Amino acid sequence: MSGSIVGPDENTPGKLADDEGGTFVQNLRRLPVLAHNATFRTGAATSDRARMLKVFGNLWMHVHSTRIHVRSLRFAATMGLGVAALAAFLVATVTGILLMVYYTPSVEGAYASVKDIHYVVPTGRFIRNVHRWSAHVMVIAVMAHGLRVFLTASYKKPREFNWVVGLGLLAMTLGLSFTGYLLPWDQLAFWAATIGANIAASPRELTDALGVTQYADIGGLSKTLLLGANEVGQPALVRFYLLHVMVLPLATVAFVAVHFWRIRKDGGLARPTDEQLRTRGELPEAPENPHRDAFPKGSTKTYGLMALVKGRTPWVGRGPENTVPAYPNALRAEVAVGMVVVMICLLLAVLSDAPLKEMANAAIPENPAKAPWYFLGVQELVSYSAFMGGVALPGLAMVGLAFIPFLDREREPGGVWFSGHLGTRVFVLSALLGFVVTVGIEVLVIRYGWLRNWFPDIHQLWIIAINAGTIMTAAFAAWSFGVLRKTRSTRMAALSLVSAVLVGFLVLTWIGTIHRGPNWDFFWSQSEWPKH
Amino acid sequence: MTDEKRSAAKDGEVVGRRDFLSTAATATTAGTMAFAGIGIARMPKPGVMPGQSASAKIGPPGDFPEGDAPIPVPGKNLFIVHHADGVCAISAICTHLGCLVAPTPNGFDCPCHGSRFAKDGGLVQGPAGAALPWFEMTQAPDGQLIVHTDRTVAAGTKLKLG
Repeated sequence: MSGSIVGPDENTPGKLADDEGGTFVQNLRRLPVLAHNATFRTGAATSDRARMLKVFGNLWMHVHSTRIHVRSLRFAATMGLGVAALAAFLVATVTGILLMVYYTPSVEGAYASVKDIHYVVPTGRFIRNVHRWSAHVMVIAVMAHGLRVFLTASYKKPREFNWVVGLGLLAMTLGLSFTGYLLPWDQLAFWAATIGANIAASPRELTDALGVTQYADIGGLSKTLLLGANEVGQPALVRFYLLHVMVLPLATVAFVAVHFWRIRKDGGLARPTDEQLRTRGELPEAPENPHRDAFPKGSTKTYGLMALVKGRTPWVGRGPENTVPAYPNALRAEVAVGMVVVMICLLLAVLSDAPLKEMANAAIPENPAKAPWYFLGVQELVSYSAFMGGVALPGLAMVGLAFIPFLDREREPGGVWFSGHLGTRVFVLSALLGFVVTVGIEVLVIRYGWLRNWFPDIHQLWIIAINAGTIMTAAFAAWSFGVLRKTRSTRMAALSLVSAVLVGFLVLTWIGTIHRGPNWDFFWSQSEWPKH
Repeated sequence: MTDEKRSAAKDGEVVGRRDFLSTAATATTAGTMAFAGIGIARMPKPGVMPGQSASAKIGPPGDFPEGDAPIPVPGKNLFIVHHADGVCAISAICTHLGCLVAPTPNGFDCPCHGSRFAKDGGLVQGPAGAALPWFEMTQAPDGQLIVHTDRTVAAGTKLKLG
């Protein structure tokens, strides 16, 4: 009887006994070795070739290519933000499943079960805090990752599709966060969900003004689908719960899979060519014999999927230059980022408890009813026009971002921050403009009011068309168009637009978070809020 | 599929048997999936809205003393105002984003985004884009007042009490 466990390469430990049958006792004694060999198809990684095989022969490792360019491993190339987003998602998934053990998605039971988790369940408060903080970290990481990809021009051809997938993931991240907000069924949850659902219904503002609501009630339909009723109640809680624990996580996993797969198929991370990198001093001069490190003596094959990757044909007969095996180099970097994310979540969870207000009460609105901080920019905009600020402008921003790589006219390999000095200048100037315009219009509106205060009987269409949000948007668009005319570069135009919108978004978020109090009135600080 | 058959189909004179069958199969599959998709998409939209009945008795007129002040109705998002010439029901749900407005000496204020409404529900200050609606009121045979929150009436329409 001959054993069938055969290691695929000569480095397999315990190879002496691998294909020999042994006695019962012998087999029992080497069980750990046999089990190890059966689990891990390759042996110890003692050479580069074996390291590449480790990646190639393992389902989980195989998201990596076998080798990775040294430039892609530099911290400044990615800042690890994509991996951080995934790590936060994993932390949220594990803690979320734990919370589901005790949580009850019913109007009567939800609040009490969250209270139980907080005060009674062993480690419940800590796990809930970690869940909440990992959600915040994920939102920040996803946004920052998207910004990094944009600023380094890594969305350019052939990565347009993956850019759009990333935008989808951003939307799902925000959706996960918003649906999770309702589940504790406290006052904040109830009223934030009410406002959110009515933002979904706000296309009615436009259809009402045009008088076509009875024929095409888009707003009413989306609100009905979200709440399953006219108000936030049991059907809404079940729907939000279903979205939060099932629909959105599954969709996120599917999109993440496509996202990662496309990174490989699009040729790894965007980076300048080796020649450009040498000019920039980021790579040493080419070694005389580039084969030396890549292939140990006696190698006859390479294990790469280069032929299936889009782009130029790899050099034949030469080893890939300036690459290192993904195992352990990329893996080590990823695990390090993951550990930092876990550490941040745990630290924040120790320092700060997730809030839980009084139980939801449909008769008393929370005042002010604030959404999570990353929605407060939008909430600031809806205080001028529900439809424009809540639906049209965020929608326009998403569509605009999705269009960027397709309208792009310049070709560059990507991977350089701001695409160089001109880009840095454009970005900084546009950020200044964004700041001035946003603060300016906010000061005007907060001090002097808006059209409805000056012309009480004005038609609502005027306010939908002309409000703080649309004026900011128009100013940014005009500025970006000016940059396009001046630089004749779509990349610079996109940089200027994103920079201005980003700063505008940050300023609005700041005002919504810090300076808005009861009745959405302006206050310099929370200590000035009227006592009640 | 041979080139000959392909070209025959391209000329538009004869559709090859294989072309016809594969096109028909594709169309059938697409149609079936689309039909199934409509069925799937239809289910989450409820046919009957859960929640309170749109028309409800709120009590006899005596529960709402005559005067200028709007009287909130427990469990209902509306105010009753009992004027000398009749009673009326004004919605308490802000037309901006659905918060509940609170009565003030001058009318109604919304706590969420600062919209203001006049005593008759008329719009005074945004961001709301419309006035608070008035609901139709009737009187049941037992004398109790009924508010129909699914039927709005023009502002100023009051129910005269017999």
